[in-house]
Amino acid sequence: MSSDAELRRTYEGVDAYDFGTTAATVAPPLAGARVAIVTTAGLQADGTGHWDLGQGFVTLPADARDLQLAHVSVNFDRTGLLADLNVAYPADRLDELAARGVIGSVATNHLAFMGAQTDHTLTTLRLDTGPAAARQLLDDGVDVVLLTPV
Amino acid sequence: MSALAHVFEQAGLATVGLSIMRGQAERARPPRMLHVEFPLGRPLGRPGDAAFQHRVLAAALALLERTDVPVLEDFGETIVEDGDTPLACALPPRHDPALPPALDELNGLLPAWRRRFEATGRTQVVRFGVDALPGLVRHLVTIADGGPWEDTGLEPAALGRVAVDLRAFYEEVALELAAHTPAARQSESWLYRDTEMGALLRRVHAALRAAEAPRPAWSPYLPVGQPPA
Repeated sequence: MSSDAELRRTYEGVDAYDFGTTAATVAPPLAGARVAIVTTAGLQADGTGHWDLGQGFVTLPADARDLQLAHVSVNFDRTGLLADLNVAYPADRLDELAARGVIGSVATNHLAFMGAQTDHTLTTLRLDTGPAAARQLLDDGVDVVLLTPV
Repeated sequence: MSALAHVFEQAGLATVGLSIMRGQAERARPPRMLHVEFPLGRPLGRPGDAAFQHRVLAAALALLERTDVPVLEDFGETIVEDGDTPLACALPPRHDPALPPALDELNGLLPAWRRRFEATGRTQVVRFGVDALPGLVRHLVTIADGGPWEDTGLEPAALGRVAVDLRAFYEEVALELAAHTPAARQSESWLYRDTEMGALLRRVHAALRAAEAPRPAWSPYLPVGQPPA
């Protein structure tokens, strides 16, 4: 069994918090939407390369490309991201979609959380940092969020 | 990531996500997910392939029109790569027999690392920095030989980050020497199976486990799927 297959078998069964219902906001037409990336890759722009924010998040200027992979897990391919950030954080692709008019605009900032949290209740994220991140995005006029893992 | 989707939708943001573990998305039931059966770490599929990445994005963004949530669709293409086969990548010959093999190897690879750094201006070797690596490798040799890890003066998580910097160094070297982007985890397999540094990292992992060091100290030294010492 490959490493990825072994990891998927191990982690696909991890507990997930039960939100009960699935809330859904109606998206505006894409050509007028302001779009942000929110990644759980644990990317940072401060040069430290390690994540001590728990369920917190980092603000990434949308034009920043010198980002560090601070995710605590070593159990995924890192070379792809070293070669091309877009393979997990498609900031250039989003800029291209905006330039072509496919989406309305790109957010001022994107955000990064870190996945693979050991507290599966995600209480801090659900009640504090997640809503704070949403407020920050809404204040920037964001309509649509593209969520990317690693 | 699914929890963020729920929180954001409740706040009035429309979301669509890329799923890499289908079972998790099935249980968490976020509103709109595109499952991608790609190597972990590469949710857009192919590094350097903008056309492929745009196909993934187009499929994901198309889900925003769906109101029959929760929606979990599969992307129509899969990528399966043999990351367990090490990258074919030449290593420098032994230069200074007086040095520990891993340190001699690191020194021999420094020119390749510097070429890449000068070309890109970027590096992921940031936790301690490249200039600190030789001294840190000497610490690791001591640990592998049975010395107490506490003598490094590093707290457990920092000791673990030494492995992350060394892996980043070798993966950046691999990108420079291979002149192409290796298949997912091939450079990791090269490091752990073909290099002196990989042998040292595996020995340090075993030594830290034997010394009952805290998990953050030893966990980064051996990714899942790589052979233990």
